Amino acid sequence: MTTPLIRTETLSKTYHIGGGDVRALVDLSIEIAKGEMVAIMGPSGSGKSTCMNLLGCLDTPSAGNYWLAGEDVSQLDSDALAHIRNEKVGFVFQQFNLLARATALDNVELPLTYGRVPRRLRHQKAEKALAAVGLADRMDHRPSQLSGGQMQRVAIARAIVNNPHVLMADEPTGALDSRTGAEIMALFQRLNAEGITVIVVTHDEHVAAHARRILRFRDGRLVADEAVAAPVRAAEAVAAAAGAVEAPGAASAPLGGPLVPEAV
Amino acid sequence: MTYVDCLRAAITALKANLLRSILTSLGIIIGISSVIAMVAIGSGAETRVKESIESLGSNIMIVLNGSRTTGGARGGTGSNVTLTEDDAQALQRDIPSVEVAAPAVQGRFQLVFGNTNWSTSVQGITEEYMIARNWHIDQGRTFSEVEYRSAGKVVLIGSTVAERLFPGEDPIGKVIRINKVPVQVVGTLATKGQTPFGQDQDDVAFIPLTTAKKRVLGGRWVKSNLVGSITVKVREADSVADAEKQVTDLLRQRHRIPEGGQDDFNIRNISQFLAARAESTRVMGILLASVAAISLIVGGIGIMNIMLVSVTERTREIGLRMALGARRRDILTQFVVEAITLSLLGGLIGVALGIGGSHLIAQTGDWPVLIEAQAIMMAVGFSAAVGVFFGFYPARKASKLDPIDALRYE
Repeated sequence: MTTPLIRTETLSKTYHIGGGDVRALVDLSIEIAKGEMVAIMGPSGSGKSTCMNLLGCLDTPSAGNYWLAGEDVSQLDSDALAHIRNEKVGFVFQQFNLLARATALDNVELPLTYGRVPRRLRHQKAEKALAAVGLADRMDHRPSQLSGGQMQRVAIARAIVNNPHVLMADEPTGALDSRTGAEIMALFQRLNAEGITVIVVTHDEHVAAHARRILRFRDGRLVADEAVAAPVRAAEAVAAAAGAVEAPGAASAPLGGPLVPEAV
Repeated sequence: MTYVDCLRAAITALKANLLRSILTSLGIIIGISSVIAMVAIGSGAETRVKESIESLGSNIMIVLNGSRTTGGARGGTGSNVTLTEDDAQALQRDIPSVEVAAPAVQGRFQLVFGNTNWSTSVQGITEEYMIARNWHIDQGRTFSEVEYRSAGKVVLIGSTVAERLFPGEDPIGKVIRINKVPVQVVGTLATKGQTPFGQDQDDVAFIPLTTAKKRVLGGRWVKSNLVGSITVKVREADSVADAEKQVTDLLRQRHRIPEGGQDDFNIRNISQFLAARAESTRVMGILLASVAAISLIVGGIGIMNIMLVSVTERTREIGLRMALGARRRDILTQFVVEAITLSLLGGLIGVALGIGGSHLIAQTGDWPVLIEAQAIMMAVGFSAAVGVFFGFYPARKASKLDPIDALRYE
């Protein structure tokens, strides 16, 4: 058996708030293999955000262990965690979190500047990532000149520019209309098909139905680990919608080339 | 993140809030420009005082004859003539810190040329006197060694005398009479202007010491070795006070004045008085500069204030950068570089304004200003230091943020 990409053993997080202890995550023991597409679900306060923060190396556990790609990362200091986030994890947020004054290209290059990648190589990688999400013609646009869907695509390009092991998406369609949301989910499914492990945190059943596996949380505990028999195929929904209205170029443009930029 | 990336990020951030950046820099701009201008004015004033000291002859003291009491009536300074040419030689020879000791005699005489005349101070001098008092020849020549030694009938005149006796004429070669003795004008002295006390230094005529004693003053001076004064030039400004004591001791010894007896000479130390004036000018300059430096600190606090606001405003950006792999050190560097850019830019604009302002003051106020490269480098260095000092705390605050809280910050 190969090493799972993500393995946790009795992973727990306890916050001390106002004298009392809040057990945000209790004894989580899961394995996620490379290439999976997993949805983490649960109402607010269920521990799904804490779970994502821990799996994304934004936070350290109070107890338990976490191996990312075989490396125990549960006891690393903040600099080492920053390094892992930079190289192995890509984040996509509900509010896109793009730098407003930087161009799409500069935004995508941002993780590479912290990885000390030389400038020319940075440009090449960022251009490739933007092309992979269908924004080859929007590289010099600022976020204010882009639509919500395009901004989220820039954010996804930024997340995949460094060839991460895992892509963590926190409510990635929460700020988008349903059709744009479907386009974004289609993009995640395509990236997943290319081999990237995708973890989507959501409270939306429809979004979760795009994954092949759903982890349900309640009160800090994992309560269900379900396989999805027939995931929603977002590309078909997009195509069906495009049949009614003429398809926008951005959605269909990237289908030709490789989606995940290879290491240059 | 490399420093170049940091600088690019800083410039982007500062450009995003251009008006705010300019207003924040204004404190530094005003501080630096006033430091530059104040230091320039201070140095200018100091230089002017130094120049007036130079014109008197730097590091000099004048030994004058003492007074004599005749039948209850006390004569003034110079009434008891005891200083000799040998005294001057001894001072120059025996006191190492003395560069030259120049004997001289002086008197007030009517100078006559044709039908014009002019009363002026006539000094009988030696070659050393020209050195000690820093006199230079404007036109013509100085006295030759033969003329100094053998009472040549020659004279050097100051520019005021030249104007009065020879208006619009070339005085060189003309013969004038001093106390009925005809002497030839061989040169004119370079203009010195007024002393700091308002005396016209150019209203003067020099003749060789020997000429003065044998031909002009006459009487008891003819055969004697006596002189009216000895001008002593000391090598180093710092040793003037020491030299004064050594001169006193040596002269007392030579004049055989017993322990506790009164000196039969007076020492006037002009340059020390002027040095005090230069010192007070310098203190004034320092005061002005420190007032300006305080405004720099105020400017620095302005930068700190805005950087704190900026860190709060950009909490989400900081969280995002951390999520993307920025270490705490990267965030710290980014904000410190931003603060330095802000203050250094202000510093450079301040230097430009300061130099411009100084020139304006120099032109309109007829006030001497001196801009020193040292002051400019110090100002620029100081503004960078202000950026580091006042930028560090906000930057540290930013780097200490928790990435999760920062990402969630509304």
